[in-house]
Amino acid sequence: MPENLLEVRNLTITPAGAETPVLHDVSLSLASGERVGLIGESGSGKSLTAQSVMGLLPEELHAQGQVSLAGHDGNLLDADERTMAALRSDIVSMVFQEPMSALNPLMRIGDQIAEVLRIHGKVPRTQIPARVLALLSDVHMPDPDSARYAFPHQMSGGQRQRVMLAIALANSPRLLICDEPTTALDVTVQRRMLDLIAERVAAVHAGMLFITHDLAVVAGVCDRVIVMYRGRIVETGPVDRIFSAPEHEYTRGLLASSDLEATDDHGRLFTLKTALAYTGPRMPTAEGGEGRALAPDDERRDPSPAQRTGSLRAARGGGADGAREKEDRAAPVRDSAPLIEVSDVSRVFRARGMFGRRRSAVTALGGIDFTVAAGERLGIVGESGSGKSTLLNILSGLDRPTTGRVRVGDIRVEAASARALRALRENLQIVFQDPFASLDPRMRVADIVAEPLIAAGVGQDERLSRVEEMLDAVDLDAKSLRRYPHQFSGGQRQRISIARALVNRPQILVADEPVSALDVSVRAQVLNLLTDLVDEYALTLLFVSHDLGVVKHLCSEVIVMKDGAIVESGATDDIYANPQEEYTRRLIAATPSLAEALAAGGRVESGI
Amino acid sequence: MSHRPTGAQNPRDAAGVAAPPATAAMAMGPTESRRSALRLNASMVIGAVLVVLILGLALVSFFWTPYDPGEIDPVARLQSGSLDHPFGTDKFGRDTLTWVMYGARITLLVGVVAVGIALLIGTPIGIIAAIFAKQPWGIWIDAVIMRANDILLAFPALLLAIVFAAVFSPGTGPAMVAVGIAAIPGFARVARSGTLQVLGSEYVRAAKASNRGAPAIAAVHVLPNIAGMVIVQASVAFAISVLAEAGLSFLGLGTQAPVPSWGRMLQESQQFLSTHPELALWPGVFIALAVLGFNLLGDGLRDRFDPKMEARGA
Repeated sequence: MPENLLEVRNLTITPAGAETPVLHDVSLSLASGERVGLIGESGSGKSLTAQSVMGLLPEELHAQGQVSLAGHDGNLLDADERTMAALRSDIVSMVFQEPMSALNPLMRIGDQIAEVLRIHGKVPRTQIPARVLALLSDVHMPDPDSARYAFPHQMSGGQRQRVMLAIALANSPRLLICDEPTTALDVTVQRRMLDLIAERVAAVHAGMLFITHDLAVVAGVCDRVIVMYRGRIVETGPVDRIFSAPEHEYTRGLLASSDLEATDDHGRLFTLKTALAYTGPRMPTAEGGEGRALAPDDERRDPSPAQRTGSLRAARGGGADGAREKEDRAAPVRDSAPLIEVSDVSRVFRARGMFGRRRSAVTALGGIDFTVAAGERLGIVGESGSGKSTLLNILSGLDRPTTGRVRVGDIRVEAASARALRALRENLQIVFQDPFASLDPRMRVADIVAEPLIAAGVGQDERLSRVEEMLDAVDLDAKSLRRYPHQFSGGQRQRISIARALVNRPQILVADEPVSALDVSVRAQVLNLLTDLVDEYALTLLFVSHDLGVVKHLCSEVIVMKDGAIVESGATDDIYANPQEEYTRRLIAATPSLAEALAAGGRVESGI
Repeated sequence: MSHRPTGAQNPRDAAGVAAPPATAAMAMGPTESRRSALRLNASMVIGAVLVVLILGLALVSFFWTPYDPGEIDPVARLQSGSLDHPFGTDKFGRDTLTWVMYGARITLLVGVVAVGIALLIGTPIGIIAAIFAKQPWGIWIDAVIMRANDILLAFPALLLAIVFAAVFSPGTGPAMVAVGIAAIPGFARVARSGTLQVLGSEYVRAAKASNRGAPAIAAVHVLPNIAGMVIVQASVAFAISVLAEAGLSFLGLGTQAPVPSWGRMLQESQQFLSTHPELALWPGVFIALAVLGFNLLGDGLRDRFDPKMEARGA
């Protein structure tokens, strides 16, 4: 046992006053220098496991079992706070999910790093500034010298997470625990961050426990994977084996649902339920698998190209092929006049100074041009800060453009009267990103979903029947009506959100990163649901995401945005296969995909 | 499939399962209910007990008091505590316990009316100001409302009451109204900040996107979500108005003779402070207990409605 860096045996955690444990009999070990991924959806107990190693378990949770760490005799679960404090950072340290809340907003980051060094006293005081500088340059902080004097809010999310990593590695711990360190970051930043973590951990020869719900992330950075499901470890093994031949149903399901390129016979994404038919990630080499996984996908797309075509007459789209569409149920305007027309739209925000002083202008959008035909599915892709949300707000009449024209249906949004805006909103509905923030915590589901109907003046009886019908359409049972949002999981809440958006039968559905806050397994279900509903209700879909994989699955056309401007646009498959712009290429490269990660992982291993 | 732990045999999709069981969502399951149980904290319990005690005194006084408050007994004047008069008697031989019980009525009446005035006027003002503050063209209206509010805030309640007493006649009514008006700014500020928070939330964006107008959003979304904050403010304002009433009555600007009031009892006991300090003690103690009770209750409620706690629980 002493040769193992971390040894967890029969760890069972029970909340005080509850009968059933939330963590059942978890045992795992981590050899010195080993990188292990701990995978599971939210609520599977992966964070609790990590917290018990750090001695950070909430007090109302009761832990039993044995946790031992090289360099400390005895059970960590019995250790008092003083012992734990000495161990933390020296032997084990942690990188948290949300770098903004994990850093002290009132302390310069150089001081925050120095604090860790000072407390543990490994480095002589006089050398601390030099060590801080070295740590910051180790994590590739741009301009580390001046970064020492910056406050957390002056940095981007990725930079803050670098600082977290520098703090975690300050005292050269032997074990680094990363709790979803990249979940809050943009795709492009995520990739760099992952590389950096892998690099630093290798450089200091530390072991790593990497917690995530995203399989594609793990594949790149870990040697071994532990899969957790509902407080138990269901499978453990080397990355290659887990990904190519998962033994447990749940692992298979997780694998299937995180692969956005594979679809089942009905052209739907795999979920935990349908995962049995999944054949594994499409490896560039494995032809058989590729053929089978791809075929249904093509089948689905081929018969109805016309239905999905839209003419994206943006920048270069030219009058594409949106001429003859099938008789669409919606869409009063068609062909010559697209449903949505955005021309030369810009939005400039002025920082509000008291009495009009010090007004600085921030251009959130500049010269946006695009059109969307009825029935089209348009993806809008870009990093945070690229102006996607501003664009959505303008389209939905929640904000007005500074210049330019926006037409949705017959309504000129930029100059719309209050009445016209009402009409617009009846026609265009939004599904918001965060299902935890977009539902009023004090309202029952029935009232939440009925809200658009009340606004539209629908009578009470009809309201109820339509709400019931809608909940049925999003696969929630009628019992949900009387419940409050906190009684639902993230995926269920997003279903409620979708039900609210569609209850008034809009023509256009705008989805603002609807799945980025969801677990991978739930993501596939919600995407399938969206696909079904878009077909069923003949919706025009605007789908905003930073995840190209999702967009590729769902959308026929795509716009790539950067810094408030459209960088590239066209048919999704074209853009994906043949990106013209450097930025698009970077986005595509950064999107974690199982196949690529595996291939990359294999390369590293063979290189060693 | 060598091993299949129970529960994982048929991997349910988490989104298809209503109300996740404890194991599936410990983030909000048992830990949360546990935390809310813990939130019944000491200050809230003590505060509630004190408030109930004062409330009880007032209620009982309607059915039974040891003596009639107007009953004068020249023989038994300025007595110390005894079996006949547990709290002693005053200079006219009136029973102090009876007066304390009757005084609780006035105290609560003033509190309820003053807080009612402040809550019913201040909260809508705050909500309206916040709604205007969110409109690009409305920030001036918000500024005007809130600056007017600040001016009112700068006016001491006592000064306002003195003005009221001078304009109308001194009495419980003008005192209550004056204290109530003086408490309006507190409610307006609390309501405004809470409303701004709610209006910035995504569910209000969703409501706007579903065509709900500002009044509907204020009623359906804002009010229920700021109710906790407003209740906390009400409890603290109650304590302040108890104190203000006592102070005004002490100065002769509040409740007038012969209606029993703690403030007036204090004032009347002044001349006997060196010889009979217990005359000042009892009303003083009950004023202190009432103020403490409502303040502790407010503190406890604040912990309970702490937005951070709520965010964690939501």
